[in-house]
Amino acid sequence: MKNDRLIPAAEFCRYYHVEDAFINSLHDYGLVEITTIEHTRFIDTEKLAELEKFARLHYDLDINVEGIEVISYMLQKIQDLQNEVIVLRQRLQLYEI
Amino acid sequence: MEYVDYYKILGLDKNATQDQIKSTYRKLARKHHPDLNPNDKEANKKFQQINEANEVLSDPDKRKKYDQYGKDWQHADQFEKARQQPGGFGDGGGQGYSFTGDDGGDFSDFFSSLFGGGGRGSRQTRYRGQDLNAELHIRLSEAYETHKKTITINGKNIRLTIPAGIENGQVIKLKEQGADGVNGGPKGDLYITFVIENDSAFRRDKNDLYITVKIDLYIAVLGGEINVDTMNGKVKLKVAPETQNGTKTRLKGKGFPVYKADGQFGDLFVTYEVTIPKNLSDRHKELFKELSQHSQ
Repeated sequence: MKNDRLIPAAEFCRYYHVEDAFINSLHDYGLVEITTIEHTRFIDTEKLAELEKFARLHYDLDINVEGIEVISYMLQKIQDLQNEVIVLRQRLQLYEI
Repeated sequence: MEYVDYYKILGLDKNATQDQIKSTYRKLARKHHPDLNPNDKEANKKFQQINEANEVLSDPDKRKKYDQYGKDWQHADQFEKARQQPGGFGDGGGQGYSFTGDDGGDFSDFFSSLFGGGGRGSRQTRYRGQDLNAELHIRLSEAYETHKKTITINGKNIRLTIPAGIENGQVIKLKEQGADGVNGGPKGDLYITFVIENDSAFRRDKNDLYITVKIDLYIAVLGGEINVDTMNGKVKLKVAPETQNGTKTRLKGKGFPVYKADGQFGDLFVTYEVTIPKNLSDRHKELFKELSQHSQ
């Protein structure tokens, strides 16, 4: 992971009004990766969109971290299935011409 | 512009308490939240309606105005006059949630007509569009050279440059070529997985290529020169005398281009398969017998 792609976790918490404990819980459940460099914890900016989503689920919809883990897994599964449908449809088109 | 029945949207009657509104709203918001229904336009529309209904009904001031003038929204300006009078409505304020809109952009014309531009000023949540995945089949000969290709994803044509040396199963990310964002959020990304179909006699292992070439017995024994196919034409190859069947030789830099490393190529490994002559004439047989006697 390149260092220029990292932002301090504390900065994310401040900007999004998120508690540090929430990030820790997400990390404990394997939902977010935290990189520690010289005692400072960082988050990969590539994961920010996902992290924002987790924050919305938690703070807007009162879903706890266990729930977020299940939702995350199910959404990924739905996405995989949707992608598979797209690929299969594209393959099917080859035979329909 | 149509009258919007906010009570109907939330499935409540006109006497619903603030607690009932709050709890129903949260229940429906969980069900139709865009984060939980990616790429579902219907759910997104429903979510906006629920938000709008909550925006009005959870705010006593707006609710009163709506109850009084909702069906006669054309006369809502009278309400404003009444508001200026002593004893008019005060500035109420319902419980807000962070996914309510802030500029009216998400609200119906009906809402804007009755309440003006915006909601209660909380932030408008922008949602990044869904990432999409696609599979792209190309031939090995195509993967040898950098080329452009146009693919159609969800009805949208995307022109991409495929760098030479791309590998089977390799995934490339096209930033912001995925699904559209919600509320002006950024687009998702598009991930393309390459499936490379071999249309050549070569076997590819990363950047190296492998080919088996047949040489006749005489060249194998006496040595000589043969023409060998590479991905970009033929090359002449010297075969050493007494070359054994299965001997491998390496042609440096005649393999596959290295991905995104301009001018760098892998190697080509040629395996010789010595063919034994068939349909020998009597003269040939005689000569082989003579040879056989000499070698004993």
